[in-house]
Amino acid sequence: MGREREVPNKSEKEAISYTVEQLVAVNPYNPDILPDLENYVNEQVSSQTYSLDANLCLLRLYQFEPERMSTQIVARILVKALMAMPAPDFSLCLFLIPERVQMEEQFKTLIVLSHYLETGRFRQFWDEAAKSRHIVEAVPGFEQAIQAYTIHLLSLTYQKVPRSVLAEAINIEGLSLDKFLEQQVANCGWILEKSHGRGQLIVLPSNEFNHPELKKNTADSIPLEHVARIFPILG
Amino acid sequence: MAASYDYEDAPSRYDEETGPQGYDPNFVPDSVKSFVTHLYRHIREKNVYEIHQMYETSFQTLSDHLFKDTPWPSVDAVANYVDNDHVFCLLYREMWFRHLYARLSPTLKQRIDSWDNYCSLFQVVLHGVVNMQLPNQWLWDMVDEFVYQFQSFCQYRAKMKNKTEQEIALLRQFDQAWNVYGVLNFLQALVEKSSIIQILEQEKEGIEQFTATDGYDYSGGSNVLKVLGYFSMVGLLRVHCLLGDYHTGLKCLLPIDISQQGVYTSVIGSHIATIYHYGFANLMLRRYVDAIREFNKILLYIYKTKQYHQKSPQYEQILKKNEQMYALLAICLSLCPQVKLVDETVNAQLREKYGEKMARMQRYDDEAFSLYDELFSYACPKFITPSAPSFEEPLVNYNQDAYRLQLKLFLYEVKQQQLLSGVRTFLKVYSTISLGKLANYMEVDEPTLRTILMTYKHKTHAVDSEGKIISNADVDFYIDEDMIHVVDTKPVKRYGDYFLRQIVKFEGVINDMDRIKLE
Repeated sequence: MGREREVPNKSEKEAISYTVEQLVAVNPYNPDILPDLENYVNEQVSSQTYSLDANLCLLRLYQFEPERMSTQIVARILVKALMAMPAPDFSLCLFLIPERVQMEEQFKTLIVLSHYLETGRFRQFWDEAAKSRHIVEAVPGFEQAIQAYTIHLLSLTYQKVPRSVLAEAINIEGLSLDKFLEQQVANCGWILEKSHGRGQLIVLPSNEFNHPELKKNTADSIPLEHVARIFPILG
Repeated sequence: MAASYDYEDAPSRYDEETGPQGYDPNFVPDSVKSFVTHLYRHIREKNVYEIHQMYETSFQTLSDHLFKDTPWPSVDAVANYVDNDHVFCLLYREMWFRHLYARLSPTLKQRIDSWDNYCSLFQVVLHGVVNMQLPNQWLWDMVDEFVYQFQSFCQYRAKMKNKTEQEIALLRQFDQAWNVYGVLNFLQALVEKSSIIQILEQEKEGIEQFTATDGYDYSGGSNVLKVLGYFSMVGLLRVHCLLGDYHTGLKCLLPIDISQQGVYTSVIGSHIATIYHYGFANLMLRRYVDAIREFNKILLYIYKTKQYHQKSPQYEQILKKNEQMYALLAICLSLCPQVKLVDETVNAQLREKYGEKMARMQRYDDEAFSLYDELFSYACPKFITPSAPSFEEPLVNYNQDAYRLQLKLFLYEVKQQQLLSGVRTFLKVYSTISLGKLANYMEVDEPTLRTILMTYKHKTHAVDSEGKIISNADVDFYIDEDMIHVVDTKPVKRYGDYFLRQIVKFEGVINDMDRIKLE
């Protein structure tokens, strides 16, 4: 017995020259990289970058050694995951966080926030977020990321969206909204329209989801690699 | 929680009472002597066909006749007959433990010994000193059993309440046995050392052959490391699913193109394990269409080929996974009713098994939730808590924790989608409908209807592994001002792929005919 020490593990010296991303790719099951990954979460927060793989790797290490878990880091990961919507990252993280940890107040709040985003209830979301500034404002870019998600969801749904619906979704009103719209018109191809006596309408850029006729007919396209299979026959 | 399904293993595996009676580990019957000497000889001669016969058939027959409820003779007792060959003895012990796990109940000491044997065996393989050619079935069984025993150990360890002092002392002493890092690192090391990912890459460019020879090496080399590395990718997918890490699990499987046949389809157990976990992970990631497609394919395959596996030792396992996958398919189709993606045969089976339940699941009342709960609990993997217990008093059982968490999060998702089937019903019968009218029909106010419609869009549009938005919607719509326009999505039929396959097939036939010389 006692063979366990022979369990393959990369030498530590080798690891130092790697970036955190590479560490995760090369040696994902190594408890020694836990501090690096924690630092990397903070780095993602300050530099407004994001790596799901690195964060899942860290949550996994916490799962293996719960006594090393830092709830502050977990909270940051979860806020970052909310910002990655519409991707399912928030759920992916929750799957790895023990239930008793999820019972903590700050996590309950985040779960409620996620629930509102998942079910398109933006008014409630912004109200709740305002009440929990200490959690979300610790992460720069939070507001913009959520706005990007709500706009994404609006443009899947609407060709033309009433101004009031947009205002609620991105939590911007009045003059600020005018300014925001101006920018979107200039940079993102939005068009403002008057609706029949009921305020402004915003025409969102067309995509295959709000203009189904744009959907590429994939039925007739064949990837090159499949055609390549018959090259020897054709030749 | 679903009380009707017991989350325990089948009783035969956990029956602590049946100890081996009158078992003499040193007694080697003649038939066993003959078995090991022949198996040893065939392995040395790299006679894969004979090895496979002995492994699949003789081992089972002997187990049924002589070792129904006792272990096989100890390795020390048979070592004489095989020149004390180190690697053969490791292989024999691997089978010895597998037989013990399947028919008896392993003691903690035996669990630890089995871990130790896997360590030695994988070390030997990783150091490249194994010069054998073993059947894929056997190599798959090794990886499969390794992961199974890990899972079984975690479940066993998590039941702390009834542990004796002696067991706790052993658990503390051998805290590295079945350690999750060790398990993952072995699988990962097999993947890396075998260079299997590069081999599969190079195969695409035509530089290397792997799939074409089913992983066997016909130029005198060994297939053991390569194929173990290959199956270890499936092993990693499974371990990650057991941990609830679906994203990473699917990532581990990426090098294998599951849209095609491959070495993973050469063994039915591996084929099923791959698709079962792939489908389950996609279900949890809300990529229902991907899950439905693959479940449909494999269920059809099992339906057509089941009869050939009747005598296989895996037959029961095949049937069980088959039933579980129907349950998962029922869940997927209830959340994402893309019935058009499902073959008629599979659909008929599904209706027979779950038709009535599926109808009730559409109602999203309390009963519907308990059905989701029931099906999920029946069909999900046996989730594990990988960390060691606290040995402080009071000792508590935590073997259900991981399962409860996954179930809770899944049901939470179902709850978020509960209003969608109502929307669907209306969208199906209208081509256009105003927001006001639909709100009226659904008995909600207009702002609420807008949130429901956006939920529908969000939940039916998944993000794929490359970050692209993929529509899973069976009925879709868009809103122009206050009017909802419904879009019927037609299933895309892929004629191109079909014709390509037929061209290749036809060419094969022509070639075969050319080769026939008429006298």
